Amino acid sequence: MKLLLVGEYKNGNVDESFYELVAFAEKLGAEAVAFFVAPTDIKPEFNGKVYVADVEKAKEYNPKVHRDLVLKIAETENPDYIVLSHSSYGWDLAPRIAFKWDAGQISEIVEVDNDGFVVPFCNAKLRRLLKPNTEKAVLTLQSGAFAPAKASSATVETLDVDVTDEGLEFTGFEVVEKGGVDLTKAEIIVSAGRGVGKKENIEVVEKLAKALGGELGASRPVVDAGWLPAERQVGTTGQTVAPKLYVACGISGAIQHLAGMKKSNFIVAVNKDKDAPISEVADVFVVADLLDFVPVLTEKLSS
Amino acid sequence: MNVLVCVKQVPDMESKFTVSSDGLWYDQSDLTYKINEYDEYAVEEAVRLKEKTGDVTITVLSIGPDRVKEAIRKALALGADKGAHIKDDEIHLKDPFQVATIIANYAKDKSFDIIFTGMQSEDRGSAQIGTLVAEMLGMNCVTTIVGFEYVDGKVNVKRELEGGIRAKVTSSLPIVLTCQLGLNTVRYPTLPNIMKAKRKELKEFELSEFLNTDSKVVTLKAFVPEKKKGGIVLEGASDEIADKLVSILKEKAVI
Repeated sequence: MKLLLVGEYKNGNVDESFYELVAFAEKLGAEAVAFFVAPTDIKPEFNGKVYVADVEKAKEYNPKVHRDLVLKIAETENPDYIVLSHSSYGWDLAPRIAFKWDAGQISEIVEVDNDGFVVPFCNAKLRRLLKPNTEKAVLTLQSGAFAPAKASSATVETLDVDVTDEGLEFTGFEVVEKGGVDLTKAEIIVSAGRGVGKKENIEVVEKLAKALGGELGASRPVVDAGWLPAERQVGTTGQTVAPKLYVACGISGAIQHLAGMKKSNFIVAVNKDKDAPISEVADVFVVADLLDFVPVLTEKLSS
Repeated sequence: MNVLVCVKQVPDMESKFTVSSDGLWYDQSDLTYKINEYDEYAVEEAVRLKEKTGDVTITVLSIGPDRVKEAIRKALALGADKGAHIKDDEIHLKDPFQVATIIANYAKDKSFDIIFTGMQSEDRGSAQIGTLVAEMLGMNCVTTIVGFEYVDGKVNVKRELEGGIRAKVTSSLPIVLTCQLGLNTVRYPTLPNIMKAKRKELKEFELSEFLNTDSKVVTLKAFVPEKKKGGIVLEGASDEIADKLVSILKEKAVI
């Protein structure tokens, strides 16, 4: 079996997620070659052939160009699977490749099974076992599902890049403004999730944060609703934190949130829904409505 | 301008889910359904575009059993102009390629300038449909947008990347845009608009008109995952469990 791994180059480095793709290939006992759009002098810690398309020419976001480069390598290497991370880059590119390659796609794989691939379903409350119905397939892997595997450095081959005008132009990056808050330095973080119900209730969680001497954090829905600023968002698109104590109040635990806080030393979750996926990472799971429970806890900690 | 918004009806994710009797999906009975949250942002963005530029017709498309009409009616109440319902009681058993084929075949002769979809559904979450539709129709596509503006026949969008970074992209039309949470603030339908929506056009179509392909992925089974980690579960009166929690935190020296 042979895999073509589509790695990512981010912020001046080979992204760590690439080594998760390598681990996946090892798990399948498959031979692997890799592809990056990156500077042509990169040296990934990977024992194999790496095709590199110059990022100066192909640009960091130029989906049709990236797709066609991957397809060109697929023609030479004839892999069984093309594998990407289930990231903003991977989920954008994978279906484009799958369509042109006439292959099925399985998204966000978390496990390999003898018969197929396991993916989460319904906010990870259920799972499905899927199998490609096509000879070849495109696969994306959930971030963090496979422990990274590194080896000695790779043999790099530079690709020619043909850029044609596709009526779509990447014009640059924008960074979400950070205020005075740096959650990554906090020892204790108490975060509010959708379960707070309305903006006025944020105060309930904020008081607990104060009583514990911690910082106030938030899950995505709270930031999207405008109840707290983006600088307080914990998760893949916000801050990745690992405090001594993380208290999640009314947070169900979507994978994007879990990825940003599951390395915390001790995790307490307060949630009405006993099946909420946050229970998977919680050291203590309090089954309660946060609006009833949190004020009582705050009171005890303050006295 | 001709705009299509694709909406999916999904259960509330806080529901208790069990595996269906055929072992391939979740049991669809006794669940509360709503518009997929990502798709609500898609509807809202289309309505804002119409309010800003005027000459826009918004069609809302949904595929599924009769109950998905509620999702279409809600989108009409939020400001879409007309609805299309492709009837299929077994849409949940189709793979993303088939679902995208149905949408693309519906859209192919209608000259849509912009197709808005959610970036994924809350239940299946494949994040494939919008992009596949774009590939099938030969349209441009930008996924995971958190910013949108239409200026002089072009769209300027922001696509969300990891770690608080966004990529700015400009594109010509036609284009498929998949919407991320937080793209805008979704309005609530007003009572007069709910009444008005009942009189808006909602056409029904048979699935056989649009589906002409086999699945590329098969589901072998759906199942409840084993719990990864057995943390302490505290249940009962708030006063009692708060005491317990405080002593655990002290014992573990985290406070």
